[in-house]
This record gives sequence, structure tokens and C-alpha cells, in this order.
Amino acid sequence: MAKSESEMTWKDLEIGCIVTEPGSARQYESGTWRSQRPTYDFTRCIKCGLCALYCPEGCIGPNKDGHFEADLFYCKGCGVCARECWPQVIKMVEEVE
Amino acid sequence: MEKYAIYVPRLVKKQENLAPGHRACIGCGEALAIRQAFKALDNNVIVANATGCAEIFASQLPLTSWQLPWIHTLFENTAAVASGIEAAYKAMRRKGIKLPENTKVVAIAGDGGTSDIGLQALSGALERGHDFTYICFDNEAYMNTGNQRSSATPFGAATTTSPLGKKSVGQFSWKKNMPEIAAAHNIPYVATATHGYPFDLMAKVAKAVATKGPAYVHILSVCPTGWRSPTDTINRQARLAVQTGMFPLYEVENGVYKMSLDLPKLRPVADYLKTQGRFRHLSDDVIAQIQKRVEMEYQKLLEKAKHGSKTTKRRSRAGAGKVPA
Amino acid sequence: MVTRVGVEVSIAVADAVRLANPDVIAAYPITPQTHIVEHLAELVANGELDAEYIPVESEHSAMSACLGAAASGARTFTATASQGLALMNEVVYVAAPMRLPIVMVVANRALSAPLSIWCDHSDLMSVRDTGWIQIVTENGQQAVDNTIIAFRIGEDPRVLLPVMVHLDGFNLTHVIEPIIFPEQAEVDKFLPKNRFPLPLNPDRPVAMGDFAPPAIFTEAKWAQEVNLRNSKKVIMEAWNDFNKTFGRQYLPVEKYHSDGAKVLLMTMGSSGETASVAIDELRAEGMDVGQIRLRLWRPFPLEELREAVKDADVLIVMDRAISYGGPGGPVASEVKSAFYNQPKKPKVVSFVISLGGRDTTVSAFKDIVRKGIEIADRGSKNEYEIYGVRE
Repeated sequence: MAKSESEMTWKDLEIGCIVTEPGSARQYESGTWRSQRPTYDFTRCIKCGLCALYCPEGCIGPNKDGHFEADLFYCKGCGVCARECWPQVIKMVEEVE
Repeated sequence: MEKYAIYVPRLVKKQENLAPGHRACIGCGEALAIRQAFKALDNNVIVANATGCAEIFASQLPLTSWQLPWIHTLFENTAAVASGIEAAYKAMRRKGIKLPENTKVVAIAGDGGTSDIGLQALSGALERGHDFTYICFDNEAYMNTGNQRSSATPFGAATTTSPLGKKSVGQFSWKKNMPEIAAAHNIPYVATATHGYPFDLMAKVAKAVATKGPAYVHILSVCPTGWRSPTDTINRQARLAVQTGMFPLYEVENGVYKMSLDLPKLRPVADYLKTQGRFRHLSDDVIAQIQKRVEMEYQKLLEKAKHGSKTTKRRSRAGAGKVPA
Repeated sequence: MVTRVGVEVSIAVADAVRLANPDVIAAYPITPQTHIVEHLAELVANGELDAEYIPVESEHSAMSACLGAAASGARTFTATASQGLALMNEVVYVAAPMRLPIVMVVANRALSAPLSIWCDHSDLMSVRDTGWIQIVTENGQQAVDNTIIAFRIGEDPRVLLPVMVHLDGFNLTHVIEPIIFPEQAEVDKFLPKNRFPLPLNPDRPVAMGDFAPPAIFTEAKWAQEVNLRNSKKVIMEAWNDFNKTFGRQYLPVEKYHSDGAKVLLMTMGSSGETASVAIDELRAEGMDVGQIRLRLWRPFPLEELREAVKDADVLIVMDRAISYGGPGGPVASEVKSAFYNQPKKPKVVSFVISLGGRDTTVSAFKDIVRKGIEIADRGSKNEYEIYGVRE
């Protein structure tokens, strides 16, 4: 895990502040933003993958059964997947912490 | 290109070149559109990005969401930076420097960085004919700085610098027609797309990048934050924009116009306008004004598409008034 | 055997660029730099220079295209002046912290308003704080040599900074001077072979130009400052190496009869050569006066300046720009601050001369030296003197 920006010294920075690790932002837990989360009734799921295509975060992928599920580490709870899923597999519920 | 005549989401490229963990708003249409656009491309792409939502949400030091080579410098110079990258690769290849095969340059910017402050650089790059693709992700205002109007803001939309008030209906001018401006530069490929029709978007982006010379793609990106609309219906809003004729989907290939969607009848613009809070204040009169204008603009576009089609060309070559046997 | 040719300095500078073999030239024409970019276009069109010549639509785009090219690992060149430099100002600020080695020749010309196409240093001063390495030249040979040396310094892996080479508009760009052109083979040996270490390349993706939250911004800027300061070592190395190969030595502060002189005249730019004639004449009359010429503007050569002035009582500084409403000449301000905390310091007298192309003649320089000595002696109610204004 890279040093956070408040710990880095001027020598830790790459020349020109260039970031050499592609996709390093994957360590950021954008899932802390959400106030609702997707829940699934996979009996309806036809594994079409449309939800994955429509997710603004790109955090939906097939689980071990091949059904498409959001990675809650990143999911911001926008509800687009629930809206686009035409077999209506996904229901957004209030995030209770 | 045939690869993208697919309609099965599961066959779309798996790699996320805009990795999750970015800081776009909840339900960001621009993030979605960028994700989809780069799914249509291979990894042989260099991205030049203007200052704006997309640049900010993907690039907070010391991290990056991008998994492609990426450069951001300023707000209005993306097309110029892309020109420099394209020229550098051309020169270095000629001098025998070993570089990856078939590297493509893609410039991405918002509507502000394209139709306002970035217009000059874009015009210059298109005129010079650099081999690159320029994609404008249009969320219809300067969204990153808090929803100030741009020349791409539609008539009547309320933004912070075109607010509604006793003396104002919101945005006072009609949306600047950027695809037409790009087409006027006589470039080989211009297209409009939106994330509400992802396969169409992906096919067009792939085609644009595969085209030799400059290509321009204008992508309507719904911004629920700025448009004051629900986050889950962003794709429906995008589709309504297309189906009401407010954002027609078309391509211009070497000057020939082609509509992407056959809409025998346009839906009333009110269907689109009522989905967003930024239009909530519009009176029926103003809506009627918008309706009339949208219909007129759409007709003009259909005319161009008709005269641009190959069948019409053949007919006119046979001589005026003569119908071929 | 050395061949010396009479060439217009602009053409000579373009030929020097050709010797450096850049990959990308992105330039927009502006008086008085036009002959440079025109000749470069000719060289490319005739196949004498293998480069991509991008005729951009503004100076802002010129520098932006240079950013993209340098970031891709190409050797990059542009040239501008005055209004063009002002227009590309925000892009100039971006090049240095992004560590992109671009070489830019600036044909110094006054900034509007009123519009003036003639020479002064207001444009040079407008980019003082941009973080570029800046070298100031006084004659055609220096301009040619330092254009080549600029690529050597900027692209050195210990430096990786953009470099500006300043030459006076019209006074240099449009005059024919005797130039000794370095041989192509020698230049090829002199210039670095390496390219930018982290270029834009799909084989190894990098992200350039991230934004910096307050927690890290200071560190990013300090890194930039440390790097600029450390570049001085490489600049000296490059100049010494150039001397070894080509027989001409450049120094951050160059001396003209200044050792031991009690009164020193400090100049920057081509007016320095006219001043030298005045110094000769004054010395012939018996005055104990010498001249120092500033060659390296950034990083500012504090040690060399203090060393050159250590025996002098009076230092008369020439400026060709005014920092309005401030203490006057920018160079004089920097010189004064260089000596403020020193145990021994000369009396610094600031003169602003030659704005907007007005010539300062030999006799005017003699007058300035005499006035300067007088002011150092009795003091002045002014922070600086503006020479030659008709009141």
C-alpha cells in the first residue's frame, strides 16, 4: 500500500509527479460513499451482463456462479444497475450502518 | 470493426482501463461513458485529458485510475497536446526509435474544454489533419467547478451562471452544435453518441479511432448532480434526449450524413425536460419554443442525411428529374 | 581550420537547431522571431531537417504541442517573443514542474501596451518565476552555441527541465554577424542520446499531470526548486565540455576588465557589447571601471555574482524592463537582494534603459557610468533612474 499523500516526502515523489502504477486508485474504497446498496434475487438472473456494462464504477463482475454482482468495496449505490436490469434481479435497499 | 457489431454485454472487453475507485459522483454518466468508450479500444492508446470532471475524479496524487498512458496539462489545450504526441510518435518512428505498433492518440475533454475554451486548439488540430480522435464528453455545463453554463448548455437550463430568476429563463442561447463545427472542418469521421446506447457508442468510438486522420465523437453524458435528476435513471434520460430529437445520434463519414436511429416520430421534448430539475421552471410557452426549434433542427439533419445517402447521389448523377430504370 | 560565415542571427539559430536534430518543432510566427521559424520550415520542407513541423494556430498551442511531444520522449523546440510568450504563459509554468525538456528561443521584445515590436526585456521578466533554466545571450555566436547547449542541459537525466535561450529581438535576430558553426559530428557527440525516462508509451502506462491536494503540493514544489538549483552543476559541466570541444567558454557571470575594478557596470543582453566599448573608452580616460555580464539568469548565480563584485564599491545595474510600482529594475532588485545579507556589499545603482527598442549609445553608457558613480556618492531620492526619458 503506497504512502498516503500526507505522509509522502518531497523525495518520495516521482519526477514531475508522474504516477507510475496504473490503476493505483483501486485502493480507494469508494464504497464508503453509498447510502443504498444493491441486493440480488439471482433466481431471475440470466447472466446477460448488462448491469456490468452500465455501471459507472465498473465494479460489477461475475461471481463464482456466473451471476453478475457489484463489488461493495467500490459500489456507490447509484442504482443504475437495478434500473437497467430488465429481469428485475436487483433491488436497492437503504444502507444501514 | 466487425468485432464491435456485437450486442452481447458479456463479450465486451473485460479490462477496466478506467479502474474503479475513482471519485466521480454517484451515478456519473461521464464516468460510465468513458468506461464504455475505452472498452471499445485496445490498450495501444495514449490519452490526453483536459481539466474537468473526468480528469479530476481519476487523478488525485499520488494515485491514478487510468491503466493507459495518460497526460493532463491544462484546460483548453488537449487537442494541441494530442497533436504534439501524434507528431512525436511520427517523427520518432521515422528516425527508427522502437515504439509499440499502431499507437493511437485519443484526446478527451468536457464540453467546456471543447466548445468554449478549447475550441481554438480543436479547430487547429482538425485543420492540420493530425491522426487522432477527439472525444467530447458533454455534460452540458462546467460541472467540475459547480455547474456553470457553457455554450453546450441547452436553452432554458438553469445553471449557476445562467440561473432562473425574475429576469431570466435560464440559459439564453441555443446549444452550440459542436458536431457540425467538427464536420465543417471536412474531417473523415464525426459521430454523436451517448451511454444510453452503449453498443452504438462503442462501435462509433472504435470506428473513430480506426479512422486515419482526425475523428470527432461527441458523447452526451448525463450529470445527475448538475442536472438535478435521479442517479439511477441516467441512461433513460440519455435515451429520451435521443428519442425527443434533442440529441440526435448520427455519423458524418467523409461528408456523408447517416442517422444512427430511425425515429419515425419524435417524442415530445417535455418527456425529456421533465426528468431533470434544471428544466423544472420552464413554462409551457418556453417548452413549446424548444419543441419547435428541436423539430426544425432535426428536420435539417434529416435533409442532410437524405441528400448524403448513396442512393440519392446516384439519382442526381443520372440527371435532374430523371428516374433511373 | 575554422570557417566563419556572415549569417543573419535568426538564420544561424535555426541552423543551430538543425544541428541538434529535433524531432518536433511546434511554432507560431511573431515578430521578431519569424525568420527563425521560417528558416526551420524551409529546412524541413527541403528534407535538410527530419522533424515534424507543426504550424500551430497560437503560441498557447505551440507550447502545448511541445508538452505532448516532450512527454512522448521527442526532442522538442519552439521559439517565440513578447505577446506570444505572454499568451503561452500558463503553459510555460506547466512545463518545468512536469520536467519536460523543451528548448525555446525567445527573441526578446517589449510587451504591449503600447504595441512595440522592438527589443526590451519585459517579456523575459514575465517568465522569471516559471522554473525554466534561462540563458541570456549577447551576440550571434553565443545564441548559436547556447541553442545547442540548451538541448544538452535540458535533456540531461539529472536535469530534465525546459531551457530558454534569450536573444535580443532585432538587435540580434535581424543583424548579420560572423558565426562559426559547430560540425555536425561534434554536435552529435556533444548532445545526449537518452530520452525522457518515463514517456507516454502503451508498453508502460504512466499518468502525468495529476492534481495535488494541499497535503502534498508543497513537497511537489520543493522538489521542483531543488531540481532547478541542482541543475547549475550540469550547466557548468555542459559549458566546460563545450569549451573543450569547440573552444568557447561560457560562464554564469562573465567578466570584462572587472577584476579589481572599483566601479562595475552590469549588463544583460546585446546592449552589453555596446557597453563594453564605453568601458574601453572610459578606461582609456583613466577611470577604474569594469563590466560584468549576466549569462545565466535562472538558476540565479549568487556565488558567481558575489565573487565577481567582491572588490567593487559601486555596482551600476542595467535593466531593460520596469517592475511597475515596485523598486524598479527587476535585475537590480535581485542583485540588491543578493547582497543584502552579505557582510561586504557594493552600492547598487539601478538604471532602466532601452525600453521598446530605444538604443543606448556608447556615449550614453559613459554618461550612465558617470551618473551612477555620482548617485552612489551622494544618494538619490529615487529607487532607480530611468535613463533618457524626455520630461
